Amino acid sequence: MQQKNFKITSETGIHARPATQLVNKAGQFSSDVTLEYNGKSVNLKSIMGVMSLGVGQGAEVTITVEGNDEEEAIAAIEEVVKEGLGE
Amino acid sequence: MANQLQGIAASKGIAIAKAFVLEQPDMTVEKTSVEDPAAESERFRSAVGKAKEELEEIKAKTLEEQGEENAEIFAAHLLVLDDPELLKAVESKISDEKINAESALKDVTDMFVTMFQEMDNEYMQERAADIQDVSKRVMLHLLGVENTSLAGIKDTSIVIAEDLTPSDTAQLNRDYTLGFATDIGGRTSHSAIMARSLELPAVVGTKEVTAQVKTGDLLIIDGIEGAVFVNPDSAVVEEYEKKQEGFLQQKEKWKQVVNESSITTDNHQVELAANIGTPDDLEGVLNNGAEGIGLYRTEFLYMGRNELPSEDEQFEAYKKVLTEMENKPVVIRTLDIGGDKDLPYLDLPEELNPFLGFRAIRLCLEETDMFKTQLRALLRASAFGNLKIMFPMVATIEEFREAKAIFDEEWRNLKEEGHEIAEKIELGIMVEIPSTAVAADLFADEVDFFSIGTNDLIQYTLAADRMSEKVSHLYQPYHPAILRLVKQVIDAAHEKGKWVGMCGEMAGEETAVPILLGLGLDEFSMSATSILPARTQVRGLAYEDVQPLANEVLNKKTSSEVEQFIKEQGLLNV
Repeated sequence: MQQKNFKITSETGIHARPATQLVNKAGQFSSDVTLEYNGKSVNLKSIMGVMSLGVGQGAEVTITVEGNDEEEAIAAIEEVVKEGLGE
Repeated sequence: MANQLQGIAASKGIAIAKAFVLEQPDMTVEKTSVEDPAAESERFRSAVGKAKEELEEIKAKTLEEQGEENAEIFAAHLLVLDDPELLKAVESKISDEKINAESALKDVTDMFVTMFQEMDNEYMQERAADIQDVSKRVMLHLLGVENTSLAGIKDTSIVIAEDLTPSDTAQLNRDYTLGFATDIGGRTSHSAIMARSLELPAVVGTKEVTAQVKTGDLLIIDGIEGAVFVNPDSAVVEEYEKKQEGFLQQKEKWKQVVNESSITTDNHQVELAANIGTPDDLEGVLNNGAEGIGLYRTEFLYMGRNELPSEDEQFEAYKKVLTEMENKPVVIRTLDIGGDKDLPYLDLPEELNPFLGFRAIRLCLEETDMFKTQLRALLRASAFGNLKIMFPMVATIEEFREAKAIFDEEWRNLKEEGHEIAEKIELGIMVEIPSTAVAADLFADEVDFFSIGTNDLIQYTLAADRMSEKVSHLYQPYHPAILRLVKQVIDAAHEKGKWVGMCGEMAGEETAVPILLGLGLDEFSMSATSILPARTQVRGLAYEDVQPLANEVLNKKTSSEVEQFIKEQGLLNV
């Protein structure tokens, strides 16, 4: 299992285009990917799940990856987050 | 039986053809129980598959015809169809409750839609509409109902619809669509804007065209007067065929003046310029023979992003416009944001009266770093053409002085840094607040030019919110108070040897052109497609004649009396 915490710095939170990129990226891997925020966790491969969390600026989220390609997956996802969402 | 409907003239021209009514399919869903849930799930997956194929096709077509931005919405729709949570939710409903796929899909869609609609976020509320649209596509396949698609038009037609969404217009077959009429919408709705850019005659907001027209009915659309004729008799058809020919000839005539100057029969010359929002608009500007840019709205550089645009980024955009305009005058307006136009990353205060609040120059004089960055980019770009800068929403002379002081300081800084800057850059202000119009003579001592922004000037003068339907009848460009203010500004400027432009919608209106010309306006800035008709009109008028008429107009008591008068004097284009 791979797990990383991120702080969302984007002013619009995980709402707009970055969410789409994040979901697309997660969908490229066979591992299960979950996004946890505020005590709730959703499937990161689900655009509606991700958007339903309403992650805003300043939010601390945890992304967990479990499966065969978990190492590549967490690295790729981390890259997408750092490109436009947070740190 | 012949029948005439009245709507809003959305896009000029005449079309005569059979109607093609875009019908809303019957989507009633009944909940039934199924014996083989596995087969039902399979039926659902197959419907999703078909919907995806359709969307891929639409996306490719839109990308090719309308570009990446318009195609993006369909990429988002595809992502919804790939959503494992949505698919799983529908499939577990089918297997747990042993119900048909239609009702399972409906329940799940409703749940997500409600959830998104309840969020206090406009972006999420729009996504609810996307989910509905996507779900509808899948539902049609499940129900086996054929969706009347605009792509299916095989004969020249006039499209009749309640409204046209981006999804509809993406599928419009342009070879066969001659025009359209809708029940709802106004001059600025998506369908109207699209019609003007495709140069299709259109009438919107008829309220009842879908109720009155059946596919196959003969129709006449008059996009000049906003009328729709249903099954007209041969005399009416003949009349409109003539009108159509006249309109087409007129369009040809307009094209002939593309390289001519905007000069009256007695040699009084004015400048007809274009309003633009981004450098992408330049093509239309050049094709329509604009003599300059009278308003470059810089807001778009700041919108749709997460941070302020850098000095270099702005410099490139300004430089591109100045270079391509080849020394023709380019008036760039500094950032006019706030009010109803929000920038999420600026954290602007929520106000009770945003139009009377913290916006435009008021904001820039507070956020001076942001303002300095824009001015530096403008100063650097000035070396590449004929730049003039104007400040929006100036209410007091102090504001102008303060802005000018910052400008002068950045000028010196850039000179010291060794940048090349134009010898002379004119600094002007928008006249859109009544206080500025009334005190124009005082401002004229200090500014290099005025540009009258009629959209705001009218709404502030008549205290009528132009967005509010209930008071939109008070939004009157030809109210005597507006015309008198315009005259006052022009006279005050000319007295001090300064020039005056106008960059509101009004500058390109057929009724306004003879009045403004007569009042002595120097520069008319309008949407690019209005330039050729306006130039044709100007070239047919004598300055000597319109001067006394314009002064006579100032004594008319109502907006409609003014319009009537101009029409009666034979000053219109047609």
